[in-house]
Amino acid sequence: MTISRRNFLKAAAGGGAVLATTGVADPALARPNLEMPPKAIGLLYDATLCVGCKACVVACREANDLSPVFSTDEKLWDTPLDISAYTFNVIKMYKDGSGEHKDQLKDGHAFVKRSCLHCVDPSCVSACPVSAMEKNAENGIVSYDADRCIGCRYCVAACPYGVPRFQYDTPKPKIGKCELCRHRLPEGKIAACAEKCPTGATLFGTVEQIKGEIARRRAAKPGEMVAYERQRVGSGDTHEKKAPLYVNHVYGEKELGGTQMMMLSGVPFVALGMPELPERSYSSISETIQHTLYGGLIAPVVALGGLVALAWRASKNHQDEE
Amino acid sequence: MYDDSAREDDAGLDVIERKLGMSRRNFLQFCTAMAATMGLPAGAEAAIAQAVATKERPSVIWLHFQECTGCTESLLRAEHPTIEKLILEVISLDYHESLFAAAGHQAEAARHAAMARHKGKYLLVVEGAIPTKDGGIYCKIGGKTALELLKECAADAAAVVAIGSCASWGGMPSTKPNPTGSSGVAEVLGKPVVTIPGCPPNPYNFLSTVVHFLTFAKLPEVDHLGRPKFAYGRLVHENCERRAHYDAGRFAMEFGDDGHRKGYCLYKLGCKGPETYANCPSILFGDVGSGSWPVGTGHPCIGCTEKGVGFAKGIHELADVKTVVPPVSYPRIVEEQGMGADFASSATLVGIAGAAAGAGAIIARNLGKRDDPDQADE
Amino acid sequence: MSIQKPLSPPHRPAPLGGSLVTPVTVICAVLSLIAVYFLAKRFIFGLGAVTNINDGFPWGVWIAWDVVIGTALACGGYSMALLVYILNKGRYHPLVRPALLASLFGYTLGGASVMFDLGRYWNFYHIFTPGLAHPDSVMFEVAVCISLYIMVMWVEFSPAFFDRFGWKGMKTLVERLMFAFIGLGVLLPSMHQSSLGSLLVVFGYQIHPLWQTPLLPLLFLLSAIAMGFAVVVFESTLATSGFRLKSETRLLAGIASVMNGLLAAYLVIRFGDLAVSGKLGLAFSSGFLSLMFWLEIAFFALPLVLLQGARRNRARCLFIGAVSMLVGGGLYRMDGFLVAYQTGAGWTYFPSLPELMVTIGLIAFEVLAYIVLVRVLPVLHPNKSEPAVAAAAAAE
Repeated sequence: MTISRRNFLKAAAGGGAVLATTGVADPALARPNLEMPPKAIGLLYDATLCVGCKACVVACREANDLSPVFSTDEKLWDTPLDISAYTFNVIKMYKDGSGEHKDQLKDGHAFVKRSCLHCVDPSCVSACPVSAMEKNAENGIVSYDADRCIGCRYCVAACPYGVPRFQYDTPKPKIGKCELCRHRLPEGKIAACAEKCPTGATLFGTVEQIKGEIARRRAAKPGEMVAYERQRVGSGDTHEKKAPLYVNHVYGEKELGGTQMMMLSGVPFVALGMPELPERSYSSISETIQHTLYGGLIAPVVALGGLVALAWRASKNHQDEE
Repeated sequence: MYDDSAREDDAGLDVIERKLGMSRRNFLQFCTAMAATMGLPAGAEAAIAQAVATKERPSVIWLHFQECTGCTESLLRAEHPTIEKLILEVISLDYHESLFAAAGHQAEAARHAAMARHKGKYLLVVEGAIPTKDGGIYCKIGGKTALELLKECAADAAAVVAIGSCASWGGMPSTKPNPTGSSGVAEVLGKPVVTIPGCPPNPYNFLSTVVHFLTFAKLPEVDHLGRPKFAYGRLVHENCERRAHYDAGRFAMEFGDDGHRKGYCLYKLGCKGPETYANCPSILFGDVGSGSWPVGTGHPCIGCTEKGVGFAKGIHELADVKTVVPPVSYPRIVEEQGMGADFASSATLVGIAGAAAGAGAIIARNLGKRDDPDQADE
Repeated sequence: MSIQKPLSPPHRPAPLGGSLVTPVTVICAVLSLIAVYFLAKRFIFGLGAVTNINDGFPWGVWIAWDVVIGTALACGGYSMALLVYILNKGRYHPLVRPALLASLFGYTLGGASVMFDLGRYWNFYHIFTPGLAHPDSVMFEVAVCISLYIMVMWVEFSPAFFDRFGWKGMKTLVERLMFAFIGLGVLLPSMHQSSLGSLLVVFGYQIHPLWQTPLLPLLFLLSAIAMGFAVVVFESTLATSGFRLKSETRLLAGIASVMNGLLAAYLVIRFGDLAVSGKLGLAFSSGFLSLMFWLEIAFFALPLVLLQGARRNRARCLFIGAVSMLVGGGLYRMDGFLVAYQTGAGWTYFPSLPELMVTIGLIAFEVLAYIVLVRVLPVLHPNKSEPAVAAAAAAE
């Protein structure tokens, strides 16, 4: 045995040290959470207002030119069980016991809208190797471009909310997800789900407006009559309703650095299937590692130089041997 | 074909034909309609015909309190048969202030006489709310408060029916701030009564209830608010002619807009159909005519049959959608998706693992032989 | 045979010769054809027609096995280059070329199976298109490094072809520049083998805490190199027994000790990380995943125990130790990518039979190609007194 474990570990440690000194020591390479874009737009989903009429599901289909999805034998009614590459928006129901009390954990029911939350620091965008998933620098919409996509489904796997979905039943598949009706915005229209929502449970607006609206709703005393706007913040299309008792949690305010769709609910979000998440985004952790190791290609180039030099030395030795 | 009993029935029907001034055919149609309204099984119309034709007319005492007489008006406009014939001939209406020719002491005397004669057997119908504040002084008839009158008449009644929303729970007079303390019959009597809420209620829901009482000698099955289930068992929303528009997310956004003209769902305009139990979409509004009921004419349902909705919620307030309780056809938070292991693939995997392990073991054994110094060098 | 001299210069690899049609090659060919059938189906009808992957488990065995484990199993060339050229241990040189061939196949097929798995494979070049390529993406780095490494490996291996075809000039040129390719050939797999671990970092909570750590790249790299050495030991013992070649036990014992060093480091880091982040308790409280965790650890630990001291020189211990290392490394990857991937309630995945047949077919094709190539190209080192050996191998 001419190679000792110690020698090997020494060499390995040396290599590690090169990486460490070029990367970790430089705080500029540590990547914090991304910031909310300046003109971020988004949605407010207030589960206590939602009556489960599914108008948003239908509106989404029309706006995005999606065919109905069937989960029953009859194939008569649009009955998607979950979001998919063919359904970008679904209303799901939490139910317990008799289910008779709305927004109550025990013997109650509650609705939840499942669609893209448009993260401030999206995992799918960080994951996508070909920039098919992008976050608009202005309005923050997380968009998808099929022409760029290679179909690796890293976004599908990475999204903490399970939003991007893939078409497994076609040789020319695409990813399907809510893009906040970005094709309708230039026409002056808002997201179709918010436009059609009869109760204002889904409300469109800038993130700033939405945050204001959330504060207003949370400030109201449960039971007092409150005017709720529909379609978009500032639309003037209002109806009055008794203020509900919200859980003390605005989903999307802090989750993984925040999302542009935020949610209010009368039952804990875990019951609605929303994961409990830390404030630091996963993409920032992942990219910090990547930047540390490969930032500016400094570490790889230094390492390559060392490796080539060592290889050259070794190849000379070997030639001498032969 | 006819046996004796059938001929007996025929004899009874002859009587009714004369009594009601309606043809046998019309009478049987009426009975069939009653049976259908109550959702009774086939053959029940015969029992009803028999009962209406032969039984002694039940005595009815009809009280009016805080009301607009809309319920009576609505009843008067029923045409199958004309209701005055019915209430005068099928039942014995012994006291009804609006329809009485008599007035003053004469009327009071009639009430007392009827109560004495049919003690324990008469049907008490109450129209209008009962003011309870300040000793009930806000409504007096013949020097007696509504409270006193009701209690007095209810004491010996076989059954009490509250007709209209006011009698059912207080209705319109009880709208906040409810200055007179208006209450429903059940609340005042402290016991459940049959209620026929509505503003006004459809006359056939009342008539069917009375005929049920007449035929089966008991009141029909009711829900927790005392409403006959045959009429109030389903949400307006469930049988609404505009329901398809709701399901498709097509809403009238404001009165007179394009969607409103096209007959879209009125939910967004404040329709209370999704939280109001009534059979309006099926039997429409009184005998007005085809397609005529509030939603049919483009006005949102105001929820007049529903305590806490009608006269309580604002016209434009949105309904709580009750069709989802108990929930139907919503995807659960967690849906099982994806394919688990099937036999072929798991068997293949196990086979491969087994083969690999076996091959590995054999190789290891052979290699072991090599390690053996005796065999290693041939 | 075990009295082979430690250094046997000059070592000259040579084609083994012999028949290409044997029961093994025929079975492998049939399995490969079955895979071709299912792949045709996949390209005509889409991924769902063949695989069981779904939106909860968008990556199935084609990624977890063919790419992630497959390339780790193909790290022999990388590990040997590291040992021989970078750490300058020339005596292991005879093991380089066969290891390189196995790596070449492992990686090339891994790269190919990525193509089967990519939904929109015709856009693959976007990864290299400036403006589209997204360097922040771990996947980008993995894809670029694997692609480059495959090319580098073909260059590294090209002298064997040039030998075969007698292109002396080309061979000399390539060999003169070889040190540069060797440098790249060590750097690139270091980058992407670690990044295969980094792929999981962005999954966040979806990877069970026993596996999720920022040290994933280091753990993947260490275990990949160790697996590379294990694969060399494994293939060498298989090839020497299968083709009845000279035993290389002495050399393999040296490699095993390096592998054990890496394994020890891996286990120390793995447990150290769990201890520091306070997750050790989860190793006992996570039900099925705890079981998987300890199974992994057992496979990692077995070579450490088995290959102590003199036992290292026993072929059987070497073989079992190497297999254990490979199973451990494979399990670690399978757990990370599929078993400990908690995608959300309600989702199930188990590979379908056609999906498995494609994976099996790929392995079969790899074995087939390896057998064919060592028989026609100068890769292995046949025993010098060996017309009998070649005949025996042919008869097989």
